[in-house]
Amino acid sequence: MGHFFMIKSNKIVEEHIVTRVENPSPGNYFITFQAPVDLPEIKPGNFAEIQVPDAPDVFLRRPFSFLDVDYEKRLVSFYIKVIGKGTKKLAALKVGDKTNLIYPLGNAYKIAEPNSKVLVVGGGSGIAPFILLGKAFRQNNIEATFLIGGRSKADVLLTKELEAFGKVLSTTEDGSMGEKGMVTHHSVFKPNNFTFDKVYTCGPDPMMKAVGDLATNAGIPCEASLENMMACGFGICLCCVTPTHEGNKRVCLEGPVFNVNYLKWHN
Amino acid sequence: MAQLGVKIHDLELKNPVTVASGTFGFGEEMAQFVDLNKLGGMFVKGLTLKNREGNDYPRMAETASGMLNAVGLQNKGIDYFEDHIYPNIKDYDTHIIANVNGGTIEEYVELTERLNALDRVTAIELNISCPNVKAGGMLFGTSCPSAIAVTEAVRKVYKKTLIVKLSPNVTHIAEFAQAVEGAGADSISLINTLVGMAIDAEKRKPILSTITGGLSGPAIKPVALRMVWQCAKAVKIPIFGIGGIMNATDAIEFLLAGAAAIQVGTANFIDPKISEKIITGIDEYCERHGVKDVNELIGALEI
Repeated sequence: MGHFFMIKSNKIVEEHIVTRVENPSPGNYFITFQAPVDLPEIKPGNFAEIQVPDAPDVFLRRPFSFLDVDYEKRLVSFYIKVIGKGTKKLAALKVGDKTNLIYPLGNAYKIAEPNSKVLVVGGGSGIAPFILLGKAFRQNNIEATFLIGGRSKADVLLTKELEAFGKVLSTTEDGSMGEKGMVTHHSVFKPNNFTFDKVYTCGPDPMMKAVGDLATNAGIPCEASLENMMACGFGICLCCVTPTHEGNKRVCLEGPVFNVNYLKWHN
Repeated sequence: MAQLGVKIHDLELKNPVTVASGTFGFGEEMAQFVDLNKLGGMFVKGLTLKNREGNDYPRMAETASGMLNAVGLQNKGIDYFEDHIYPNIKDYDTHIIANVNGGTIEEYVELTERLNALDRVTAIELNISCPNVKAGGMLFGTSCPSAIAVTEAVRKVYKKTLIVKLSPNVTHIAEFAQAVEGAGADSISLINTLVGMAIDAEKRKPILSTITGGLSGPAIKPVALRMVWQCAKAVKIPIFGIGGIMNATDAIEFLLAGAAAIQVGTANFIDPKISEKIITGIDEYCERHGVKDVNELIGALEI
């Protein structure tokens, strides 16, 4: 991986103010913060470490991929899916509340060649980076197909927003939206349909591994963004490591985006 | 501004604030957040002779007012440090203190000899208290004869300031402080993490891959303060106080308990700029209390 330290002085550690809270379905929140300073460049796949305010039982910050960015208005937004006590507390933030954010952290998805054709597969909170990916695809005239999986319709978010950047497909386990079944059983993976130059994925590890295997078997390069537990998010605690063919690598610094063939995946 | 300089044996620190090994990388990762030149010193990430991959994921569990870690000394070994890290950090105007680990006394000695040759590594911290490795580590730090043996062996080959990092996982820590002082340590640092564990009740499984890990953060501060206070009364050598320091007030408490300097650890994960803020905060405390020299605070607890 070459030198593991890439010192950039573009990191922000600043108190931000909540400007918008959306609750598209139970347990799912889109929260927008305004920065007190101009935003640094934020790339698809980058993440922020958000302090959980007024929560003495939540000791560490929580990492979230950027959902969207507005450089002009200095706005950054995140998809917060309520999983545990940290996300529960963050989901309770109200407009006007303040908390501290550190960003941009981590590497980014590598954008495919201009005019190529890509598939983006996500599930759960893994869809968060897809808006920024979509914007990058549009700039590069890349033909994108987004495939979003969920248990039921309420879990399949952002479909409207993503339609601005390409075709949107979905699967639900209960059949309430799109094709019924697991995301990896969608007809887009049938040999005649599965003709892409690159595949991107973000979501639960088993899903990403399965998507990665499908892509690799079809000879298509695939990048996955991992979401391991982190204490710091900027490379010093060494808690978020994932096994790779070159040893344990920090998901927060060498990742979160990895080529799937570089990963050994967890057991 | 108060006089903030403190002396640890031969080391003149520009202020008592240093950062704990394993919580600050090798400094270079943190240079984007902190002016490293302002720090009293940097205890860089634990080193071993050879590359170590560390323990399996998950290595971390958040706990009440703290966290458990089971990193297991992941590092690329001394060769990599010499060739790729040391050249990048050697010119910072702060003390670079290497944290030395081994599975055997011979390994500790060999690594120490390598570090002795690096001019800008002005001290070493002998880590005989890592709870996350199978061989060495805490096994040396929880038996007095072993602690003495490894300290004496390293002392023979190390010419600069030798700091020994003590384990809190013992019954009478002051006995260990006295033992390593007698074996030639110039200073002690305490405490390393307390052995703990976390369980996922839903899955009926331990959260850490190693089952147990090291507890750090404010949860351990009262234990750390007590141990620093006990050791300060038992030895003459200066002490680095460590354990859950989150702000300047916490740091002052350790100085009052008898520490000559402090290490900021887990707090770096939450606020990467905290070490600089603590330096400023100590100065403000001195100002507020009419303290002209921070040394006046060391062991100044009124009982």
